[in-house]
Amino acid sequence: MIGSLGQPLLFLVALGFGFGPIYQKAGGGNYIEFLVPGIIAMSILFTAVFSGIEIIWDRQFGFLKETLVAPVSRFNIMIGRTLGGATVASLQGLVVFLLTLIIGFRPHGFLSLFTALIFMFLIAILFTALGTAIASVMEDFHGFQLISNFLVMPLFFLSGALFPITGLPEPIALIAAIDPLSYGVDGLRDSLIGVGHYGLGTNLVILGAMSLVLFVIGSYLFSKIEV
Amino acid sequence: MAEIIEVKNLVKEFDGIKAVDNISFSVNAGEIFGFLGPNGAGKTTTIRILTTLLHPTSGEVRINGFDPVKDPDVVRHSFGIVFQDPSLDDELTAYENMEFHGVLYGIPKKMRRQRIEDLMKLVELWERRDDLVKRYSGGMRRRLEIARGLLHHPKILFLDEPTLGLDPQTRDHIWSHIKNLNQKENITVFFTTHYMEEADRVAGRLAIIDQGKIVGEGSPQELKAKTNSATLEDAFLALTGREIRDEKSKNIDELRIRHRAWTGKR
Repeated sequence: MIGSLGQPLLFLVALGFGFGPIYQKAGGGNYIEFLVPGIIAMSILFTAVFSGIEIIWDRQFGFLKETLVAPVSRFNIMIGRTLGGATVASLQGLVVFLLTLIIGFRPHGFLSLFTALIFMFLIAILFTALGTAIASVMEDFHGFQLISNFLVMPLFFLSGALFPITGLPEPIALIAAIDPLSYGVDGLRDSLIGVGHYGLGTNLVILGAMSLVLFVIGSYLFSKIEV
Repeated sequence: MAEIIEVKNLVKEFDGIKAVDNISFSVNAGEIFGFLGPNGAGKTTTIRILTTLLHPTSGEVRINGFDPVKDPDVVRHSFGIVFQDPSLDDELTAYENMEFHGVLYGIPKKMRRQRIEDLMKLVELWERRDDLVKRYSGGMRRRLEIARGLLHHPKILFLDEPTLGLDPQTRDHIWSHIKNLNQKENITVFFTTHYMEEADRVAGRLAIIDQGKIVGEGSPQELKAKTNSATLEDAFLALTGREIRDEKSKNIDELRIRHRAWTGKR
């Protein structure tokens, strides 16, 4: 767990203190504050996707085989796996959040922490389900690099985690609009510092709906696994 | 004796290639049955079909009287399996691994506790029940998996290369545990192995599969007599030829190499 904290924190410190002054000058306000929700989402995203992908390993060398051969429905196993993975990813996000408090970040209201937690958990569920869906159709790790570079990274970079979605050029704004993480980040940011783009309600609904869809797709693909 | 595993005209095709080509064999209840064959012969595919992990292309399979395709859950209650690659949860203790299996198979709490104790004592792991599995040696893990596989009182125990990579003492130990369980609880044992001397010693009957077809079936004695061989290994080679098979690396081989590299000796 400690190792995977490195990257988000590095991003925060490097980008935050690096771009901070320019962002401030351009009238955007406190960049570090802006960045924190994005970084929290980042740690959740990566932990969640990769916990789902661990299935490839587990399928052959781990505990998963034992569950596949047991008289338990695949759906139940999928729920268990997704909730478990999502919990771990959420905790990861929470740890990052606590660390940002140490650096000096202050959320703009403590009631908002509840909504923040909801968004964190939804992001975690969505991407654990995504990771599971992908892993269910991959036979080995060769596709892994591809997925990492061409799916997870773009999802992250084009989600408004690192820059505001307001005022983006059309094509990029469009991609951000279909990126589920955008709604997660936006919702999280809105909860924590009151800066949002889509509106809390919209974020919640869209994120919730997308999570459900991905969960269903993930369950279906998972149930088709043959060891 | 009743036939507890029946396979009739089983075919499994992958992309037009027949991994299992119209095989038929049966296993009697209470037998120790060996399923042998060179690499790539169709052993693993057959076992996967028998254990509900794969659907046949055509043919009939009956495990304890039930069809694994139509009644997978009933079939799953009928067998326990020890896979070739480990399937324990390293971060849990041995006892917890057993517990979890009990929960998965719906064994009531009180019965669970007693059964776990009985089985772990049988495989001599009860003293180490609270150790994390990652601290267990290869032989201990295998014994634990065997105990676990029997927790739900299955009629059949499938063992895929149960003694692979273990030293002779451990191998001997494991087989005496298995034979003990076979005699005491009348469990049918269906195993695969490449260790021919072992198969010769422990198996009541064998089937040899090669290139998707059964090329020999019978007791070790019968197979040796039929091929005029002194050892089972010679009989095996007589029936399957001396050519090396399977020169292409499979996904699973690559995964195994990676697994060993990442986790050290297992």
